[in-house]
Amino acid sequence: MKFLGSKLLATAAVIIAVSTGASSAETLRLLTWGSYAPDEIIKLFEEKYPDIQVEVTFSNNEEMVAKLRATGGAGFDLAQPSHDRIYAVQQEYGIYKPLDLTKIDTSVMEPKLLEGVKANTTIDGQVYAVPHQWGTSGLMADVSKVPDLKSWSDLCDPQYKGKTSMRLKRTILLGTAFAMGEDPFAAYSDLDKYQTILDKVAEKLIACKDNLKTYWTGGDDLSNLMLSGEVVASETWDSTAYKLYAQNPNIHFIPPTTGALAWIDTFTIPAKGEADDAAYKWINFVLQPEIVKLMSASTGSQASVKGAKDLLPEDKRAAVTAAFTDKDIDNLKFFANIPPGVEDMEGKTLEKIKAATE
Amino acid sequence: MLRSDTGKLSLILLMTPFVLWIVLLILLPQLGITFVSLREKIGPRQYEFGFGNYIAFIQEPIYWNTLLRTAWMSILVTVMSLLVGFPIAFYIAKIAQRRSRAGLFLLCLIPLWVSDLVRAFGWIVLLRETGLISGALQYVGLVNGPVEMLYNDVTVVIGLVYTVVLFMIVPLVSTLDGMDNSMLEAGYNLGGSRLTVFRRIIVPYAMPGIVSGCIIVFMLTAGSYLTPILLGGKNSMWFTEQIYDQFITRYNWEAGATFGVLLLGFTSMVIWLGLKLTGQNLASTVAKD
Repeated sequence: MKFLGSKLLATAAVIIAVSTGASSAETLRLLTWGSYAPDEIIKLFEEKYPDIQVEVTFSNNEEMVAKLRATGGAGFDLAQPSHDRIYAVQQEYGIYKPLDLTKIDTSVMEPKLLEGVKANTTIDGQVYAVPHQWGTSGLMADVSKVPDLKSWSDLCDPQYKGKTSMRLKRTILLGTAFAMGEDPFAAYSDLDKYQTILDKVAEKLIACKDNLKTYWTGGDDLSNLMLSGEVVASETWDSTAYKLYAQNPNIHFIPPTTGALAWIDTFTIPAKGEADDAAYKWINFVLQPEIVKLMSASTGSQASVKGAKDLLPEDKRAAVTAAFTDKDIDNLKFFANIPPGVEDMEGKTLEKIKAATE
Repeated sequence: MLRSDTGKLSLILLMTPFVLWIVLLILLPQLGITFVSLREKIGPRQYEFGFGNYIAFIQEPIYWNTLLRTAWMSILVTVMSLLVGFPIAFYIAKIAQRRSRAGLFLLCLIPLWVSDLVRAFGWIVLLRETGLISGALQYVGLVNGPVEMLYNDVTVVIGLVYTVVLFMIVPLVSTLDGMDNSMLEAGYNLGGSRLTVFRRIIVPYAMPGIVSGCIIVFMLTAGSYLTPILLGGKNSMWFTEQIYDQFITRYNWEAGATFGVLLLGFTSMVIWLGLKLTGQNLASTVAKD
C-alpha cells in the first residue's frame, strides 16, 4: 500500500513537472498560406528557440480575415494576409495590432517593397504590416499549343474554346479591366466610375464563360487541369506556373501585356496575439538568407529581401528568368488597397458572372 | 415515493445530454444567426436593427433564383433517390434471403465509410475529359474525340443522388421489413394485380418510410456544399455556396446569416407542403402505430 502510494505520488510529480514544463514553453500560432511554413523551417526554428513551439494553420486571404474576425483577432499570434487586405479590414474590424518596427530587421528587406507595404498599411501613423513573399498573377500557357497568348482577354479567344480556365475571383476582374484599357485601381476613388467598369467587365466575362472549361479554385486543381492537357491556357499565380514548368517545360508563365498583377504577402500580428516576441523572432528568422532559400523552394515565390532572385532554387530561377524581362518587372501593377465597399461591388459582379448561363 | 424520485432522476440524467445538445448546438446558434440577420450595416462598425438584409435578398434576382434552383434540383434529386432506392429497399426487405439481407445492407453502407470529398473526386476521375469513361468510349470507338461530362447540371444531380440515396434506403428497409407477407398474399388472393397490390398495399404501408426518407434526402441535398461545387464547376449555383461567399469572401455576415435563415425557412416550407400534399404528418413518419 505504501509502495503504491509513493508510486502515485511520483507519477503526480512527473505530471506536474511535465505540465509546468509545457506551460513555460511558448506556443507560436501561425496563420498562413499552404507552403509558407514547411516542416524543415519549423524544425530549424524550434532548434534555435527550444522554448517556442510552432503551430501552423493553413488558410487563404479571405479565410484568414474571417477567422480573425470571428474571434476579434484572437487565436493566432502571427498572420500573413496580402498587403491589400489590411487597411480597410483593420478600420472595419480592428483585428491586427501595430508592429514594433524596432524589433524587426527591416534592413534586409527590399526597400521598394517595404515602403510599398508600409504606405499601404499605415493607420494613424502606426504600421500594421511588413512584406514577406511576393509574386504575381498573370497568364500561363502550354506554348506548344498556344504560342501567342499575350493578354488577359486572349483566354476568351474562340480558337481555344473549352480549353481555357480562370479563377472567378477579383484578380480576373481587374486583369480584364486592364485588358479593356481601363485602370481599375485609379477608379477606386470614384466608385460610380468603378461600377461602370465592373459592368463592362461582367459583360465581357459572361460572354467568355462558354469559352472556358471551368473555373479553377486552387493551385492543385489548376495544376491537374494543365498537366492533363485539358486546359492549355489559364490565368494563374506565377508560383503555380513555375512549379509546372519543372514538370513540363512547355508550360510558361506569361506576364500579360498590360502588366502582371503583383501581390505581397505580409507579416501581421493579430490584435489579441499572445506571443508577440515569438512572432518577431519568427519574422527575423525567416528573413535570413539561408532560410529564405528554403522558403522560396517551398513557396515558389520570391522573398521581399534584397537579392531575393539569387536565393531562388535553380529551377525556379530559370522559370522566373524565362517569364520576366526587366521591362515586365517595371510594368508590374501592385494591387491597390481595397477601400470599404469595393469588396461588395466586386462580390456582386462575381455572383452575376457565376449565375449567368449561356 | 422513493421509486418516483429515482424515476425522475433517471429521466433528468437521460435527458440532460439531449437537451444540452439541442439548446447549445441547435437552438442558440439559430437564434444567434437570426439576430445577426436582423442587423443592418450602415457604416464601419455601425449597425442598425431592421429587415434591410431580407429586402436586399428579395430585390436581387440572382439570390432568389439560386434558392429556387437549389430547391427545384433538390426535389428532383429526392424523387430520383426514391425511384432508385425503393426497388433496392424492397429487394433487401422482402425478396432477399434472410441470410443475405445483412450483407446487402452492409454493401449499401460501405460508401459511407468514404468521405463526401473523396466520393466527389471519384466522380471527377470517372467523368473528366481525360477520365476513365471518356477514355473507354474512345477506345471502343463510340466517340472520336474526348468528351467532357463534368460541369453540368446532369452530373450534379447524378452525384447528389449517389451521395444521398442511402438515406432513402435505410428508412424504407426498416418500414418494409415490418410489413407482414400475408398482407401481400391476401392482396393477390383477392384478385389484385401486381400493380394494384403495389399501389393499394405496399405504398400506403411504406408511406411513413417514404416520407421520412424524402425529408432526410431533401434536407441533405439542399444543404450540401461539396458535391454541387466540385461537379458543377463553372455552372454550379448552389445556395450554400452563396452563404459561404457572403460569410467568407465578402465579409458580409449579415447577408450570410439572412441567407441561412431563408434556406432553413424555405426548406421547412417545402417539407410542410410535401407533408400536406401526401396527407402525412411529422408524427406519423417517426412513430408508426
